Parts: sequence; C-alpha cells; structure tokens
Amino acid sequence: MKIVGRNFKKIDSSAITSGKPIYTDDLASADALIVKILRSPHPHAIIEDIDVSRAETQPGVAIVLTHKDVPKTRFTLAGQSYPEPSPYDQLILDSKVRFVGDAVAIVAAETETQAENALKRIKVKYKKLEPVLDFENAIDHPSIIHDEEVHFNLPQAVGGQDPSRNIMASYGFTFGQDFEDVYQDCDVTLERVYYVQAAAQSMMETFRSYTYLDSQDRLCVVTSTQVPFHIKRQLARALEISPAKIRVIKPRIGGGFGAKQTSETEIYPAIVTLKTGRPAKIVYTRKETFSSSNSRHAMRLTVKLGADNDGRIRAIDLHALSDQGGYGHHGFTTVKLVGEKSLPLYNKLDAAKFSADVVYTNKLKAGAYRGYGATQGAFALESAVNELADILEMDPVQLRLMNIVQEGEHTLAFDKDIKSSKLDKCIETGRDLIGWNDKPRRLELDNGKIRATGMAITMQGSGIANIDNATAIVKLNETGDVSLFISASDNGMGTDTVLMQLAAETLKVNPEEINLIAADTDLTPYDPGSYASSGAYVTGMAVVNACNDLKQRIISAAAKHWKVDPSEIDIDDGVIHYNDSHLDYIDLGRILSVGPAGGTLVGTGSFGHPASPPPYMAGFAEIEYDPETGVVKVVDYVGVVDCGTVINPPLAKVQVESGIVQGIGYALYEDVRYGDTGQLFTNNFMQYKIPTRPDISKVRVAFEESYEPSGPYGAKSIGEVVINTSAPAIQSAIHAATGRYLYRLPMKPEMILFGE
Amino acid sequence: MITLTINGKVHQTEVELNEVLLDTLRRLGYKSVKRGCETANCGLCTVLVEDKPVLSCSLLSLRADGKSIVTLEGVRDEAKILGEFLAQEGGEQCGYCTPGLMMNTIAMKRELVDPTDEEIAHYLMGNLCRCSGYVSQLRAIRKYLEV
Repeated sequence: MKIVGRNFKKIDSSAITSGKPIYTDDLASADALIVKILRSPHPHAIIEDIDVSRAETQPGVAIVLTHKDVPKTRFTLAGQSYPEPSPYDQLILDSKVRFVGDAVAIVAAETETQAENALKRIKVKYKKLEPVLDFENAIDHPSIIHDEEVHFNLPQAVGGQDPSRNIMASYGFTFGQDFEDVYQDCDVTLERVYYVQAAAQSMMETFRSYTYLDSQDRLCVVTSTQVPFHIKRQLARALEISPAKIRVIKPRIGGGFGAKQTSETEIYPAIVTLKTGRPAKIVYTRKETFSSSNSRHAMRLTVKLGADNDGRIRAIDLHALSDQGGYGHHGFTTVKLVGEKSLPLYNKLDAAKFSADVVYTNKLKAGAYRGYGATQGAFALESAVNELADILEMDPVQLRLMNIVQEGEHTLAFDKDIKSSKLDKCIETGRDLIGWNDKPRRLELDNGKIRATGMAITMQGSGIANIDNATAIVKLNETGDVSLFISASDNGMGTDTVLMQLAAETLKVNPEEINLIAADTDLTPYDPGSYASSGAYVTGMAVVNACNDLKQRIISAAAKHWKVDPSEIDIDDGVIHYNDSHLDYIDLGRILSVGPAGGTLVGTGSFGHPASPPPYMAGFAEIEYDPETGVVKVVDYVGVVDCGTVINPPLAKVQVESGIVQGIGYALYEDVRYGDTGQLFTNNFMQYKIPTRPDISKVRVAFEESYEPSGPYGAKSIGEVVINTSAPAIQSAIHAATGRYLYRLPMKPEMILFGE
Repeated sequence: MITLTINGKVHQTEVELNEVLLDTLRRLGYKSVKRGCETANCGLCTVLVEDKPVLSCSLLSLRADGKSIVTLEGVRDEAKILGEFLAQEGGEQCGYCTPGLMMNTIAMKRELVDPTDEEIAHYLMGNLCRCSGYVSQLRAIRKYLEV
C-alpha cells in the first residue's frame, strides 16, 4: 500500500489557509433577502392571535409569514435514512410553541436592520400553558406537549410511544439469563444513578442556508449541513413540493459535530424563495445557535452491576431516561446507543439488560452530538465499573482486561460478531504511556496540589448496520485524470481527503490525478451523509468498490485495444501493462474519446453492511487537583485507539485529540442551563464555556491497529469514539484525588469540594 | 463616507452608524473575515489594524476611518508558510477559525520573543477552535515560530 497510511494534507487546506470564500455565507449573492425569525419568549404557549400588519409595511420588507401561511404537513428535521425514525411532530411555523426560542414568524427584508425592525413590529397574543421543565416529572405531567396527532414511522421497532403521556419512545432489550436471578447470585452488586447534562456542539460556523431559483425555477439550497440528501427529502415534505424541484449543495462547512445532522435553517429561506422568487439567506447568530437549534440529550442513567469476588462482571443493567426537549429529533436512536455502544464492551456476562424512556419537555430540542448516546452511556457504565474495581480492591486496568470482549467473540449484549479488536492492546499501551504502574494513583505535591489518575474504555460503531448505504461514482476522463463523485459531506475533518486516498490506492494513480466532486444532490450519488461515524467506512468502501469496478472496465478496454485476454493485463502507477506494451490513462482516455469504439469509462460502487464494526479506545487521564479551590486541570491525557487501519495518520490523530478535548469540556464545565421559567442561560461563549488553549496541556495519542475485514483496507471509524472516555476517566481520577465519587456532569469545583 | 486602506488598497465606502468593521470588510469582499459570536469571545474575526490584532466585530467602522487594515488575503507569503505547517498537522480542520487564528499568530510572532507553550496559549486564548483540540495547532505554530 502506498497511499493508505500515508500523510496527506487535506485537499481543501490551501483554500482554507488562504482565506478563500468557500463557505455558505461567502457564496450567497449580495441581493439575497435577509431572513430573520421571531422567537417565542414562552416555553409552552398557544398563539391566540398574531398581527403582522405593521411589520409588512416597514421599509425593505419583502414578506412576513406566520403559521397561517405555511403548509400543514408535519415532518421531522432529524437527518436520518428511510424510514425516518424520528416522529413527524413539527411544522415550519406552528400555532403552538414548545420551548423558549421556538419559531413564531419569518421575516425577509433587504437588509438585516430592516428585518429586525420588522420583527419588533409583530404583535403576538400568547395563551401561556404550564411548561414541563423537569424531565424526571415529564411522564403523565398534566401538560401535554404534543397533543396533536404525531406520526411515527417505526412504531414496532420503537416498542412504544405515547405523546399523550409526553413519552416519545420507550423500549427495552434483555440478553442471556434472567437478569434478577444472576444479579441476586453475584458476590458483589452495585446500583448507582448518574446524571449527564445537555451540551452544545459549538461548531465555529453557526447554522446558515442560502436559497435561490435556478434557470429551471428549481429551488437550490446551498447549506451548511451534514445531510444534503436528507434535507432534499425533508424540504419536499415540509414545503409540499416535488423533490424533483429541489437541489441541495453542500459547500465547505465550518464544523458540525452532529448539530448539522438536523436541518435547522433550510426551511426558512426556502419558503421565502418559493413565495417571493427571490434569493434568500439566513445566518443564525451564536445566540440562536445555542438557544434555538439542538444539543446533546441530557439523561438520568441507572446502572446495576453484578460481579464475582474474583472480578468477573456477570450482570449489567442500564436504564436511561432521556430529555428530548420540544421536538423528537434523534430521540429513539440516540438513547439506543447508550446501551448498544457500552454493554458489548464486557463479554463475560451471564445477563444484560437495557431499557429507556425518552420524554418530551418544554426545552431546546435535543439532537445529534458526536458520540450520540455512547458518550452518556460511557460515563455511567465506566464510572460504575471503576467504582466496582474499588469495591473489589482491584486495579481497574486488570478488571477491564479480565472482562472485555475479544476479537472473534460474539457479544451477549446486542448480539455482535466482533471481527476486529485490539482493545486489550489499547488498554496496555495506554497504561504504559501514562505510567499507570510506575506511580501511585494519588500523589500529593509539595505545593499542596494533588496529582491523580483514572481510566476508562469505550466503543462506537462504523456506520449504521442494515441502514446506511452509500454509492460512489468514478469516471476516467478523456484527459486521463479521474473524477470521483461522492456525497459523504465532509464538514471539516478530512473525509474527502481520506476518500481521495482510497480511490488513489485502488486505482493505483497519483492522488493529484483525482478530482473530487462532493455532496450535491443533482450531481453526486446518494449517501446518508456525514454522521454515525460512516465516512471512511461506509462511503470509503463504496469508493473502493467503484474504483475496482472502473479498474475492471479499464482492463477490459485495454484488452480490447490490444486484442488480448484481460487476464494478461496489469495496472501499476497509472500505467496499463501487457507484456512490453503499455498505455497510461491519458493514452487510454484519448483512444476512448474517438470513433465508434470509444466511450467514457465509469465505475460505480455501493456499500451497506449488516454490522457496524466498533472502533475501540482506552483513555487515561492524569489530573492536578487543587484542594483549596476544587479546580481540576487535566495535565496529561493518553488516548489509544483501535480504528482498524489508519488511513491518514495526522488527520486521525487530530480526531483523537479533538475528541478528548471536547470530552474534557463535557466532563468539567460545559453545561446547557435553564432558568425556572425555561429561559436558556447559556446562550453565548461567556456563559457556555468550551475549552480554550490554556485549559489544554498534554494530549497524547497512539493507535493499535486491528484489521477490519469488511472495511476499506481494514479501516473502521474514528470520528466519534474519541469523545467518550474523558468524563469517566476524569471522574475516576477525581475520586482517586479526593475520595469523592461524582455522579453528575459537569464535575464543577464546588461539587468536588462540597458534594452535589 | 470613510476611507479604509485594506491590504494596501484604498477603499472609500458609506457605512451605517452602528456598522462594525467585520461587516464592512465582508461587504467589500474580504470574506476570510468570519463571525462566530456576538460577544467578542471567539476570535474568528481577528484582523490587523495599524499592525495590531483587533477583533473586527468590536470596532465600529467609523472608528477605523483612515486606518490601515490587513486581513488574511493581504498576508499571502506569511500565510503560505504558517498555512503549510497547519495543513501538515491537520490543524486547520474545518478552517472556520483558521483566518482569525493565523492573523493573531502572525501578530504574536512579531510581538513575542521565544514564547513558551503557556505564553502561546495565553496570547491565542481568544481564538476558539472546536475541531482541533488545539494541540495540533500548537505543534504547527511552534514550527512556524522557528522559521
């Protein structure tokens, strides 16, 4: 292999580092109408009357829309494959508002100032309803958040939902023997309740979309998204127009982390453009991005663990109560991963159980965020396993090595065949790098501060089993270069670059000879998009399959040209060989561009898989704790990852570093907070603190590569697994330092000093 | 009507009383300048005004009248060197914070002599990044400072 495993700069790096106009708002035309949204000040209310007459007559105002002016078909904006598992529980504008910041009216004007002037002149009469703000009291609350008819596509799979009781989803799984029998039979048992908070994805580019009608009066949507194809389908339903009339284009994207797997902004300029015929754009403020989009699901997690005195973990029960907020985006699927991406780590089990309830509340809707439930599950289960190690007086590293799933095993929990795993090596390498055995877990320094260590393990998936399917198209141009058409929707992490590498490796050409056309619903083939850790694995295999298809076509064409059998032909370094004869791709392109025997060669390939091979990670934290102030600083973090074959080492390494750092923020300070009246407090970067440069010192990364037989050149995913270990590893280190177990995130200094 | 010298080119433009330099620069076509917040926390809009790094979201365009302004578009050679180090580490990632970070880093190189990692982190504290976790960017910046 010459291309896979080598360092390549991102294919867009030069445009990025020279400040080229490559993002959505850079591309919007100067005459686009500016779209602004009037937002609800109440968490739960009926709009009794809305008067827009003064707004409509303001200078520069092109259109004002209320719930009376929009289609009445309910839909979901959670970007997910057919059949969409999130409920159809929203409208573009509704006569009921369900959280502070919910949309009430749309204004489009020539300038931002004019649009804002018009917003101030809309008069709304609300009938306030009792809000449901405490998710632990949402079920059977006298207030029903969705009292309209809500359509669910997957009633059987969900196992139960009842909006009349504020239950969005409810289900359970059991594996192995009867749980209670095994649990009662265990030498040691432990039951703990953990709380994990909502967190904001906080990508640097806020939500934004730009729409216009093209020369065929089709609606073109240039948008900062992870899911262009899902948006096309959603818009067709929401706007009640044919999907044939919609084109969605994804330019370069300023980060997503799952936030942009929900189509927050596209519907607003889209309806303005359809109604006015004018180009329109919306750019969310940071405040709107915090208060009117989506965040990680807050949850209460109850863990029951049972083990033998010798350390064999025999029984795990995990129950999640998940706070969905006002609309049901990603509710059922996120909570499923709480169990599905944590329980199968342990495989000496006799019994496993996972159940969940997802409840509507009158808060910002929850959605996708890197880790997607696995992060929440990892904090609860790994913290409980660390506490179990303490009860057993065992080394948590040893306890893991005794109980983890091994390559070649079938997991009891969630029935997975594990074809590739170096989790044991990840744990051992991490242990050695942090110096686990060379220093005490707790060390008091001369200055009174305390150094302490903690660890955790995790898994994720690679794409969605039996759901995800991506297609790639690859074309040999008559000039000998290659065009690769994919829709993996790179939002900054380098997916496009990795896919280019996979194509170059398979076609055996110089990567410079490949041009990549990505994520345009008119031009590129279907792909669910950039989520569920699917880029390198799912789209990657589609690219490998497409390139192998093209390679066969190249060989056939050359064989025809030389009038020999295809089996006698070989390709290397972009040159086609037959004995002493050779053709390069330029020669072949020319030959095929002329005359009756010509014709452009196009390869296609698709990939979907019945399994979602898990990447694994072991994380080791060393903290410095100040007993005077309660402040914890992570002074060293070691992350060791098995993502299968590493396709691009620097880009993979940055994924790990960034995941660890986002996880540190989640562990120690990131927290979406509300007031008693449902107002969001944390609506800017002063109130919502993400890690800054001085917060981060040493982060060290290593890889233990397994070989995943179903993946491209043995690769699995890496994007999400990396965020999951930080919180439980730091929780364990804080316990080592202070003797205090914290059961609630974020672990703030006052909680560490005085308890929760 | 105000006069701005942007990357050596003189612009005369009408501005609104409450318009900030960030919006004026983008309107005049300097699209490298990005907005990431409304509270002067993110650093995305950093440009040089009279050779000093300034958050262009926090400077009224009227106040910049007569001033010399440099954006990433105006530091081609320097940007190429720093950009190459960032790209080698994968530290540019989505790139949305990159122009502001690069402008502040270029200013830091002129201002600090042989800074420590802590001094670099402190100087660039106002440049948020969510993609990189910062460490790859620090590796790139260390190499750049040695040039």
